Amino acid sequence: MAENSSKYYVPESSPWPLFGSIGLFLIAIGAANFIQQSTQFGQNTLRADGTWGQYVLMAGVLWMIATMFFWWRDTIKESLTGLHNEQLSGSYRQGMIWFIFSEVMFFGALFGALFYARWLIIPWLGGAGNNAMTHELLWPGFQAMWPLTTTPDGRTTQVMGAWGLPAINTAILIVSSITLTIAHHALIVGERGRLILFQGITILLGLFFLSLQVYEYYHAYHELGLTLEAGIYGSLFFFLTGFHGIHVSMGTLMLIVCFFRILKGHFTKENHFVYEASAWYWHFVDVVWLFLFVVVYWL
Amino acid sequence: MQSTLFRRVTAALTLLLVSGVSVASDWTERSNVNLRPGVTDISQDVFGLHVAILWVVSVIGLAVFGLIMYSAVAHRRSKRPQASTFHEHVGVEIAWTVIPFIILIFMAIPATRVLIAMDDSAESELTIKVTGYRWNWSYEYLTYQDDNDVGVFFFSNLKTPAEQYHTPVLKDGLFPYGTAADRFGAEPQEKDHDYMLAVDKPLILPAGVKVRFLVTADDVIHSFFMPDFAIKKDAIPGFVNEAWTVVPEDATGIYYGQCAELCGKNHAFMPIEVHVVAKEEFDTWLAEEKEKAASGPDLTPFSNLEAAMTLGKEKYNAACVLCHGAEGQGGIGLPFAGTALMNDSARIQENIDVLIKGRNAMPSFAAQLTPRDIAAVITYQRNAFGNETGDLIQPADVAK
Amino acid sequence: MTAVAAHHDHHDDHHHAPHGLKRWLFSTNHKDIGTLYLWFSFAMFMVGGFMALVIRAELMYPGMQVVDPEFFNQMTTVHGLIMVFGAVMPATVGLANWMIPLMIGAPDMALPRMNNWSFWILPFAFTILIGSVLMSAFGEGNPSAPNFGWTFYAPLSTKYGPASTDLFILSVHMMGISSIMGAINVIVTVLNMRAPGMTMMKMPLFVWAWLITAFLLVAVMPVLAGAVTMMLTDRHFGTSFFDAAGGGDPVLFQHIFWFFGHPEVYIMILPSFGIVSAIIPAFARKPLFGYASMVYATASIALLSFVVWAHHMFTVGMPLAGTLFFMYMTMLISVPTGVKVFNWVATMWRGSLTFELPMKWALAFVVLFTCGGLSGLMLALTPVDFQYHDTYFVVAHFHYVLVSGAIFSIFAAAYYWLPKWSGVMPNTFLGELHFWNSLLSVNLLFFPMHFVGLAGMPRRYADYALQFADYNWWISVGAFWFGISQLLFVAVCVLCAMKKGKKAEAAPWDGAEGLEWTVPSPAPFHTFDTPPVIK
Ligand code: HEA
Ligand code: HEA
Ligand code: HEC
Ligand code: CUA
Ligand SMILES: [Cu+2]
Repeated sequence: MAENSSKYYVPESSPWPLFGSIGLFLIAIGAANFIQQSTQFGQNTLRADGTWGQYVLMAGVLWMIATMFFWWRDTIKESLTGLHNEQLSGSYRQGMIWFIFSEVMFFGALFGALFYARWLIIPWLGGAGNNAMTHELLWPGFQAMWPLTTTPDGRTTQVMGAWGLPAINTAILIVSSITLTIAHHALIVGERGRLILFQGITILLGLFFLSLQVYEYYHAYHELGLTLEAGIYGSLFFFLTGFHGIHVSMGTLMLIVCFFRILKGHFTKENHFVYEASAWYWHFVDVVWLFLFVVVYWL
Repeated sequence: MQSTLFRRVTAALTLLLVSGVSVASDWTERSNVNLRPGVTDISQDVFGLHVAILWVVSVIGLAVFGLIMYSAVAHRRSKRPQASTFHEHVGVEIAWTVIPFIILIFMAIPATRVLIAMDDSAESELTIKVTGYRWNWSYEYLTYQDDNDVGVFFFSNLKTPAEQYHTPVLKDGLFPYGTAADRFGAEPQEKDHDYMLAVDKPLILPAGVKVRFLVTADDVIHSFFMPDFAIKKDAIPGFVNEAWTVVPEDATGIYYGQCAELCGKNHAFMPIEVHVVAKEEFDTWLAEEKEKAASGPDLTPFSNLEAAMTLGKEKYNAACVLCHGAEGQGGIGLPFAGTALMNDSARIQENIDVLIKGRNAMPSFAAQLTPRDIAAVITYQRNAFGNETGDLIQPADVAK
Repeated sequence: MTAVAAHHDHHDDHHHAPHGLKRWLFSTNHKDIGTLYLWFSFAMFMVGGFMALVIRAELMYPGMQVVDPEFFNQMTTVHGLIMVFGAVMPATVGLANWMIPLMIGAPDMALPRMNNWSFWILPFAFTILIGSVLMSAFGEGNPSAPNFGWTFYAPLSTKYGPASTDLFILSVHMMGISSIMGAINVIVTVLNMRAPGMTMMKMPLFVWAWLITAFLLVAVMPVLAGAVTMMLTDRHFGTSFFDAAGGGDPVLFQHIFWFFGHPEVYIMILPSFGIVSAIIPAFARKPLFGYASMVYATASIALLSFVVWAHHMFTVGMPLAGTLFFMYMTMLISVPTGVKVFNWVATMWRGSLTFELPMKWALAFVVLFTCGGLSGLMLALTPVDFQYHDTYFVVAHFHYVLVSGAIFSIFAAAYYWLPKWSGVMPNTFLGELHFWNSLLSVNLLFFPMHFVGLAGMPRRYADYALQFADYNWWISVGAFWFGISQLLFVAVCVLCAMKKGKKAEAAPWDGAEGLEWTVPSPAPFHTFDTPPVIK
């Protein structure tokens, strides 16, 4: 913030924020209609007939992608023409940190729900605390247990074990965090070859993780009877791992974009905020997984 | 300018002060300005706590407003052209952190005591399961003294007739309900004194006996609110909450309560009416009810259409009107006026089935209405609202 | 609090301000975006207020006269939602946008494009919400709008929610995205964009208050997003978060909602604290008393706000220990709040007071907010809350802190900074009329609510027993009086926007300090392109 530093860059007016809002609007009404038309409460059959929602939703998503493309194009151009100064990249960095903090809180809510269900709801339904009558009058046959394999109204499921795929996935993510750190270091010291190699490996690990996750879901649905409808255990399982999976996908996407920008030579030793941000994001997603592994799969 | 301003400020603040004081000193027993002291020990403890804390906050409030007012008058620019410059004083800052803290501790102690007393539902003699529905309550007497299987169960609906509350003044657009004259062919009825509070079948409690309520709900969250007993417990579907009360022996009488958790359209229309009676009277009542419950449903046939219609109208207005409308015009439920189902005598069975089994958002009435009631209601449906089938359904048709 | 050297350049205008529609639609200028936020929130205040008047019209007499109970519930719900998310929050974000860069000597918000995005999401989100109400009122077959209260408890909003619930859920997501981005922007601006010499402990309290508010927003809006997402999947994908039959619990929803909801109420009031802390010293011509303790008090309120949420849920049947914990923590919040109130009084003390419009509103705020805070303290005592809960006593409490609290402070801010925004002084005659009418009517409107509440009238009731009748009539009269009084404020704002009125100087209030008063009125399009020097 020294007095002689270059001026803070305030961009000229830009249409993309407005376009982005329109995109969200389309997505919102499209998704609401689509979900409504294609599902019914309590059952999960997708019937996509007779709905306009899907088209609006699709249009919204495409619109959003286009908007993001143009928006980022503008920012990249500004970055390359040197309009960004120290202070601005500070703003970006801090912005990213707070964004990740908000994500932490989002997962915090989901973990909170998990603990609440496990430590309070299930014992209460089983008659613990001052809920003896809850058990006696409403759910007399119910057995408190975790993971909840038989719900109070008698739906059953099997448990997803920790030491098969999930353990492998944990290893994959930990390794990917390491390879990403190596790549980042390579960028800072300017070893382009190593950077490209390890960035590539990280992306492949991310994709590998995702495909194993898809396989695991398939396994859960078809062999274990562990579904979204299988009671609170299934609900929480898919919420936590599913939102994590969405974040891994976003992280992988960011890494891929960075990969191409590396190939184009966009990043310099000093100026590579986007790269750093994706790395932080990746590490964050990794840490979430560790918690997940411990409380969802293992304990 | 300045001085008129001051008169205005002082006038406004005085007004505020006076209104505060007059409230604080008006402790009439059953005023509708202050909290109801209620009739049980607990409710009176709660009332005492309320009064005490109201005094504390009033005094604090008045002290703060007094200082502000004094300063506004005494330190105005025309009096003090030059402001002081102090802007810190560790001593007072510590004082006004610590003193409120101490006041809080003195409030927390009695509050904790009352709360612990309220929590203890042990050693009750009568257990009643209270279930909230959209939009009525049911009461099931589970245990009474040595009797572990009382088995008395009934529903309790708002008694106020629709002609008293449905008094629309506007028409069309936002207000598609017509005027009162359109709807009932007459001006709205005068409201009873127990308007919106009375029910068709009240909860009966014995005086001087510790009663435990097991509160739950069938659909959404309701809340069992009896101000005179200082009870408010949420009725949560899938869970049972406990509350208890002992109404003193000299406090027999009628008490009212309301549903206190938004439960949908007719949240305001599911009151609670409790009759507290002497213990002997209660025993007789309970024995009678028990006998009635044991002797099976009353299947006495209706002698004529007229008799069925009278009972049917009564039951319709208690149980169906909230969803299907006073004129059978529909609402949450489907309309009846002139509909195919209502006017096709071949489909009576379907009509009966809907009532007994329920369908989608239409609840089942098998538990809430007796076969005789159901027969009457169906007869009414098919001969009112402009329907003229002449069908007379008998209790035996329903019971089979 | 900050000594400002009158060094700043006046050749700010070398950028040419964009004109016409583009200026407003595509803006990256914190002042224009601030203006957009302010007008938007004012429009929402009108819409939400109109709904409140529908409620009051129905409740004026016992019996159903004007709407039907279903539509009444929609009015209650959408009134609450619009006032909270559409009126108060955007208004304070608008103030932040306008004032924070000016107060800390920054050229703009840190992330100007994202700033515009935060704003433009809102009109679309509220189009969805208000659209479902309009469809309910006038549409074919009257489909229902959200009707489950602004707290949208499950299962009323999940299993029993109307079809529009899904639109509602997604519009809440949009509001959340907007708030999070807006809050991140404020945090980064404050932490990264201060002019040299503007240390944290020299920042005006408004900036401090907003920094802490923004932290709360980033922390709790994602939690709300989690709650509504669970609702969506419970409704459509068969999950059982809020359904005991599958091992869930409707009360889980309340815990998540109030974990968001309680910090949310402080999100609405902390900026007000900042506003009042700017205005009282200005018109007392005396520095703010206890600057440091104000900062710490604000921070403690924010931290405590994370551990008090269950005071909204005392009646759900929590275990005794939990209830006691939440009761004690809730009571504790009175201490830092008290510190703030006392500091304001001490700031006035032995000052040289004048009572221009901003000061009038600020004083009304202090007095009436304290009333609301004290009734909040009564609510905190669990055994008596069993009597107060979900009655009009609660409605009285939160309207005192929200209407005569948050809204009054926003009026104060508007009268205080309108000269800076518009370059003309707000019309005093209309302003006085607005103030006195509002002050009297707001008490007629909300004070008797305490009485009916104590007498036992539950909230969200479309009709009520006869013993509540008289006070409800007075309340409704107060509501219409208060509503009409707000039209005076419309006039004040329109006059300022049309530049009709006395020309404002750079520093129109002689006691006011701070960087914002060193730039001309109206503030030029770009300010502080080169940072000012602060000693
Ligand atoms: C701006 C918004 C705002 C603010 C600031 C507050 C402030 C407080 N609120 Fe309020 N509250 C709401 C908005 C707000 N509230 C809303 C919207 C609801 C209803 C939600 C719904 O259900 O729809 C609600 C409901 C609500 C409840 C639940 C009631 C119920 O449903 O049963 C409770 C219970 O504890 C409560 C308590 C408090 C307390 C203790 C404070 C404290 O922060 C107040 C502290 C201030 C003071 C105490 C006054 C000044 C202090 C002094 C002068 C010092 C000396 C005093 C003493 C030590 C005694 N509030
Ligand atoms: C900041 C928030 C805020 C604000 C400013 C207000 C402002 C007002 N509120 Fe509201 N209110 C809430 C937040 C707020 N409220 C919340 C959170 C709830 C709970 C919802 C729930 O239970 O889920 C609630 C609930 C609530 C209820 C309880 C409803 C119920 O339980 O069923 C009532 C009842 O009187 C009410 C009244 C009012 C009134 C009369 C105003 C007035 O101050 C409004 C004044 C403004 C205007 C009137 C608009 C301006 C003027 C015009 C539009 C011109 C036209 C006017 C005329 C022609 C007269 N509010
Ligand atoms: C909670 C609201 C509610 C209450 C109370 C209620 N109903 Fe219904 N009723 C409905 C709904 C909703 C439907 C439509 C059901 C469907 O979608 O199939 C319905 C449908 C019906 C039907 C079928 C109509 C047709 O044309 O198919 C009959 C008959 C009926 N109700 C009778 C009654 C009677 C008699 C009562 C009172 C004893 C009653 N209902 C109380 C909500 C209610
Ligand atoms: Cu039942 Cu409200
Ligand atoms: Cu709260």
